[in-house]
Amino acid sequence: MAAPTTLPSALADAVRDESSLRRFLHGLPGVDQVGVEQRAAGLGTRSIKKAAKLHAIDLAISMVDLTTLEGADTHGKVRSLAAKAKRPDPERPDVPRVAAVCVYPDMVKTAADELKGTGINIASVATAFPSGRSTMDIKLADTRFAVEQGATEVDMVIDRGAFLSGRYGQVFEEIVKIKEACGDAHLKVILETGELVTYDNVRRASWLALLAGGDFIKTSTGKVQPAATLPVTHVMLQAVRDWKTQTGELRGVKPAGGIRSTKDAIKYLVAVHEVAGPEWLDPNLFRFGASTLLNDLLMQRRTQLDGHYSGPDYVTVD
Amino acid sequence: MWEYAPAPESRDIANLKPNYRMFVDGKFVEGTGEPLKTINPGTEEVLAEVSTASTSDVDTAVKAARRAYDRVWSKMPGSERAKYIYRIARQIQERGRELAVLESLDNGKPIKESRDVDVPTAAAHFFYHAGWADKLGYAGYGPDPKPLGVAGQVIPWNFPLLMAAWKIAPALACGNTVVLKPAETTPLSALVLADIIQQCDLPPGVVNIIPGAGDVGATLVEHPDVNKVAFTGSTEVGKIIQRQLAGTSKKLTLELGGKAANIVFDDAPLDQAVEGIVNGIFFNQGHVCCAGSRLLVQESVADELLEKLHARVSTLRVGDPLDKNTDVGAINSREQLAKIKELTESGEAEGAQRWTSSCPLPDKGFYFAPTVFSNVSQAMRIAREEIFGPVLSVLTFRTPDEAVAKANNTPYGLSAGVWTEKGSRILWMAQRMRAGVVWSNTFNRFDPAAPFGGYQESGFGREGGRTGLEAYLDV
Repeated sequence: MAAPTTLPSALADAVRDESSLRRFLHGLPGVDQVGVEQRAAGLGTRSIKKAAKLHAIDLAISMVDLTTLEGADTHGKVRSLAAKAKRPDPERPDVPRVAAVCVYPDMVKTAADELKGTGINIASVATAFPSGRSTMDIKLADTRFAVEQGATEVDMVIDRGAFLSGRYGQVFEEIVKIKEACGDAHLKVILETGELVTYDNVRRASWLALLAGGDFIKTSTGKVQPAATLPVTHVMLQAVRDWKTQTGELRGVKPAGGIRSTKDAIKYLVAVHEVAGPEWLDPNLFRFGASTLLNDLLMQRRTQLDGHYSGPDYVTVD
Repeated sequence: MWEYAPAPESRDIANLKPNYRMFVDGKFVEGTGEPLKTINPGTEEVLAEVSTASTSDVDTAVKAARRAYDRVWSKMPGSERAKYIYRIARQIQERGRELAVLESLDNGKPIKESRDVDVPTAAAHFFYHAGWADKLGYAGYGPDPKPLGVAGQVIPWNFPLLMAAWKIAPALACGNTVVLKPAETTPLSALVLADIIQQCDLPPGVVNIIPGAGDVGATLVEHPDVNKVAFTGSTEVGKIIQRQLAGTSKKLTLELGGKAANIVFDDAPLDQAVEGIVNGIFFNQGHVCCAGSRLLVQESVADELLEKLHARVSTLRVGDPLDKNTDVGAINSREQLAKIKELTESGEAEGAQRWTSSCPLPDKGFYFAPTVFSNVSQAMRIAREEIFGPVLSVLTFRTPDEAVAKANNTPYGLSAGVWTEKGSRILWMAQRMRAGVVWSNTFNRFDPAAPFGGYQESGFGREGGRTGLEAYLDV
């Protein structure tokens, strides 16, 4: 098994072969469910007000991967989403742009054309999203197609079946190959934590994805319940923090699915701030995969600036 | 950088009054002792003047309690007593915010702790014991266990309201009447509890609350008409009380100091262990008798754990107790702060390696930055004496037997923590720990159904649960 980057010797050993990888992943410290949920709930009581809140709202907007992943998606829908990404609140030009627009591969070109020159990234799901149940050739072709069409970021899914049956080497190889196929595009590895179920599995899958070269680890496809949760995100933030301690490299985290309100988004930012560290408060290292969250952020932003709440009819629905 | 804006709870919610009076025989009355001024340790400003009890006031209070016991409370059916106790519990919930803010003002603990721990747990103790009041025949102490009479209770300043609840709730449920002395530096929440008790129409004299210093407590426990003494506080004072009571028929329970070991094995869930260590020693500024003040960590993970611990402790926010984002509040008094400083200096002098969080501290008020000592040996004072502050001593061990030996090597024995993913090892350790409470993969969790109490110099008797009823029944 080939490690994509030069790893420190302890980690290079971990990816030498399948059994080393298994030993490494099973040797990671366990996660105590009660403890991590208690910590997540405790940090969730932070009270973020005034300037700190406004800062958090703008930061959260700049971290949104504005997403549409539906069977009913059309080019028109994607164009209007791109317009929203460029100018989230048309009456307030000072609102930051979102980080990326996230679509299916066949919509990438439409999004890329709309967003040319804006600096907004085009993320595409790939690898037989959302189930990941297809052959490697098809997954690679799916990825290459997305990148050719103009995707600057690829959101792949791992083979949860292989992971749950303990074939970690296979999952690792797949990520390495997809990473190669991505070329310069950033790779986000979707763990689908709702199907991994335990926090121990989430920690192992996070390390597996980091070892294989994923630039981001992402919670969910949004198609499986539960999607992103705070305690799961805590475990993933601990993984990127520990990764940095061991390698010096910064990798990102993206919770996706189920984050709909500003209040929730701020809880995630507090977790980023206090679990991973202030360095991760950056759109290059933390993203929200969301669609309805953006409008709530915009409404709360107006509330902060205007001193009163104006309601959903004052933000655009795209 | 993302700085959290201040998010203080309004101090107006505390309904602070300039004067507080003692509560005797159902009425608030002026005490004839020297009034005391209680201060806000977060700012050093005076909060209120509180009248205190003199020797004759103590006698009046005990007489009132005796009258209430003889005439009303001991004769009342348990199901009727329960109604009063339930009412108190509900009123504590109703006035939860007021009590939380008042507690943080008077004690210095962060509002998130008074709001999320002290007040809800105090209410829970009343709810739990109200349920026992008409079921005492099923508690395992015979078909119709009798109360003891008048309980004289003396409580500390670290959990002023919660300790009052721990003491009053079981006493009332079992049919005793109460004279309670709150701590000199934190009398206010107990007096608001007295207001709640008055509004709940508890018969006069069933609960009496008499503020004052240590001498009032000494007079109370010595009073010949007191049948039962319950004390929570320092081992030093506990020993004096035990001497005073020797040869009398008074029943005694003591909940004293501790120097708990928090034991982390190499297979522990490390991130949660770090949380547990932080919660174990920095919860309530370390003013917790069962605080996990000695960290025993297996040598093979010591460096990794210590690195994670330093990083985590650096994120603790020390400051205004009323700010909702404060993790560590103010040290309760100047005296306590001086004691903490003296002991940490001894740690440095004895050769332990000191690490202190670089967090900013407010200019005014009593604050102490979270501190971790490594390279600590069992012989050092910081490993043997109770610091009662945000100071952790880190020791290492190599084998489970060594962990047991070091953990038990203390005159105290109140609590212990065991961190491992191996269930069999948790049970093996728990059987060998000489401690009243053993937490596994968690720390500082309190529930009215779980008995709490110590071994050796940490005292005797249990509070909470079925076991805790024994202290208030004639068995």
